[in-house]
Amino acid sequence: MRSVAGRSAAVLAAAALVLTGCGQGGPGGGGGKISGDKVVLGVINDQSGVYADLSGKNSVEAVNMAIADFKKKHPDSAIKDIEVVSADHQNKPDLANSKAAELYDRQQADIILDVPTSSAALAVANVAKQKKKLHINVGAATTELSGKSCNKYTFHYAYDTYMLAYGTGTTLTQEGAKNWYIVYPDYAFGQDMNKSFTAAVEAGGGNVIKSDPTPFPNDNFSTFLLKAPKLNPKPDVIGTMQAGGDLVNLVKQYNEFKLADKGVGLAVGLMFITDIHSLGVEAFEGVTFTDAWYWNFDDKNRKWADRFQAKTDTRPSFAHAGNYSAALQYLEAVERAGTDESDAVVKELEGYEFDDVFARNGKIRAEDHRMVHDAYLAKVKEKSEVSEEWDYEEIVSTIPADKAFAPVGDTQCQMG
Amino acid sequence: MVDVTQQLFNGLVGGGFLAMLALGLAVIFGMLRVVNFAHGAFYMLGAFGAYLLLTEAGVNFWLALLIVPVGLAVVGMVLERAFVHRLTRLDPLYNFLLTFGLALILQDAVKSQYGTQSKPYSRPALLDGSLNLGLFEYPRYQVFVLVFALVVCVAVWLVLARTRVGMIIRAATERPELTRALGIDVGRWVTPVFGFGIGLAGLAGVLAAPMRAVHPAMGADLIITVFAVVVIGGLGSIFGAVVAGFAIGMVQALGNLYVPAASQILVFILMAVVLLWRPTGLFGREEVLT
Repeated sequence: MRSVAGRSAAVLAAAALVLTGCGQGGPGGGGGKISGDKVVLGVINDQSGVYADLSGKNSVEAVNMAIADFKKKHPDSAIKDIEVVSADHQNKPDLANSKAAELYDRQQADIILDVPTSSAALAVANVAKQKKKLHINVGAATTELSGKSCNKYTFHYAYDTYMLAYGTGTTLTQEGAKNWYIVYPDYAFGQDMNKSFTAAVEAGGGNVIKSDPTPFPNDNFSTFLLKAPKLNPKPDVIGTMQAGGDLVNLVKQYNEFKLADKGVGLAVGLMFITDIHSLGVEAFEGVTFTDAWYWNFDDKNRKWADRFQAKTDTRPSFAHAGNYSAALQYLEAVERAGTDESDAVVKELEGYEFDDVFARNGKIRAEDHRMVHDAYLAKVKEKSEVSEEWDYEEIVSTIPADKAFAPVGDTQCQMG
Repeated sequence: MVDVTQQLFNGLVGGGFLAMLALGLAVIFGMLRVVNFAHGAFYMLGAFGAYLLLTEAGVNFWLALLIVPVGLAVVGMVLERAFVHRLTRLDPLYNFLLTFGLALILQDAVKSQYGTQSKPYSRPALLDGSLNLGLFEYPRYQVFVLVFALVVCVAVWLVLARTRVGMIIRAATERPELTRALGIDVGRWVTPVFGFGIGLAGLAGVLAAPMRAVHPAMGADLIITVFAVVVIGGLGSIFGAVVAGFAIGMVQALGNLYVPAASQILVFILMAVVLLWRPTGLFGREEVLT
């Protein structure tokens, strides 16, 4: 008897839930054009692996800051409720794929943000295309997102391999580092970086003497480092495309072999401020790299970084600021469109020009959905010049938005 | 020519780590018939131990070189008594699972406590700078690592070959039943040997801290190569593990020099070839299953 009663209760409860659900979505709900009366922002990134520090949970915090700022600016907005949901993709494309589907379908996410790791990003972009929901990628580097694999619902926001290569490769070559020796990890990102860097060095009038793929992951780079000064002609600089733990390994060993004293400089393809923080500024002194954003660049950035630090106890990486900006610009676009319906929001975003704490001279290109903005050539300070914790970078020059990213015609994007 | 010599030397330094790790795996396998999947995790703990001793207690590299391996050896012995021991009489799969699970737990515990970013650890001042080796200059620290690894391997070999304890361990490794039948208490030595193997992994970890990235996955990245080393040397063969460790180090260095794209798989190709030619590895002996 009891079990039957229990079951009936469950059926009733389920029916009640379904009915309330209908009520909300129905014409009487009063939400107007915002689906379900709320906007749901999804964040998918690495919350436990190699990229957890540079984006991870603190990116979710940055998105929360964007929501707070949006609400303050638009107290009478049609968007009554904004919610954040997040998932850990562990840098695996298959997991990113299923998490994205889950967020869009079950959690009613209107957009997915962040998604570092190129292969995972391409997987999410594909889901976005199928579900006709938005994806603004902040954390991944591959130019394919706004190139071969571009689509109507995907935007690429913070940086890409072209930006990194153009900034570091072209600029250093023009400053006199004519001969390069490139070492890159042997997987998609490394190969992409190698190609971009070689093109950038050659465009600057330089020459890549040799480029070697290295095992990934790898803890012993001494062979490559010893080889460098003996190449003919001797390279002016070693360009390393390693990231995370591998980068730390390589830099430690570069210092150990005292290659700087032998006249071989070091340029790093992709570096986050968290890398410098973890290894200590001594290890990277004088290393040149391209940064998409730096927290201590000016007062505006600094103020935002102070707010971020109050919440997270750490200074923001460019990925954190990028996620803040992407979430904010998305909400603004929904506000302008008056609806969270994907096609209308895409129309608002395309061609939009703006300035915010992350993007200076920002513009979302309609042709390939690349967000272009000013980038920065940075140099790691000497230890004696560091006046406070996290203040590791000297911004050498600003690379204007129209130069920092690949020209529209070169990106092979067929928007379909 | 200088180039190749220098690269071979390089390979020896990398091989020193492989040899020390493989040596620990080999003695543990020999005595307990357990393939210790957690070996890489203990290598990582060795490096983290050195880092934590320095940052939390101001203990320098030299003391860490003593404290960390001993501490980890004790941890290893406790683990052996508490877990490994209970499973040795069952199917070997149980200990596979145990040590594999242990590796994951240790790695994730360190990750959740200290994050995924690499930790800074600098060389001891005494070993800064480089040394003139006649043909070429070489970083002092790396020369030290190589010498240290060689000394450790030779010392272990001397203990095994020349002492009574060593004799018992060798006998127990090769014919456990017979050794027991002769009235020798083999069980007494199982726990210390396990601890010793773990201590060696910790020692390699401390040595790695100043020249490699100290992060939670550092052991997991390396251990696969170490398994290949042990298989090439011959499972359970202590001499084989050491020789194969140094040899694989040199193969990797030469691979990086001449065919960088293939260097990653070179070790495994070599392993396959050795297994086809000698299924028990270079120095392994046919085992009579009873």
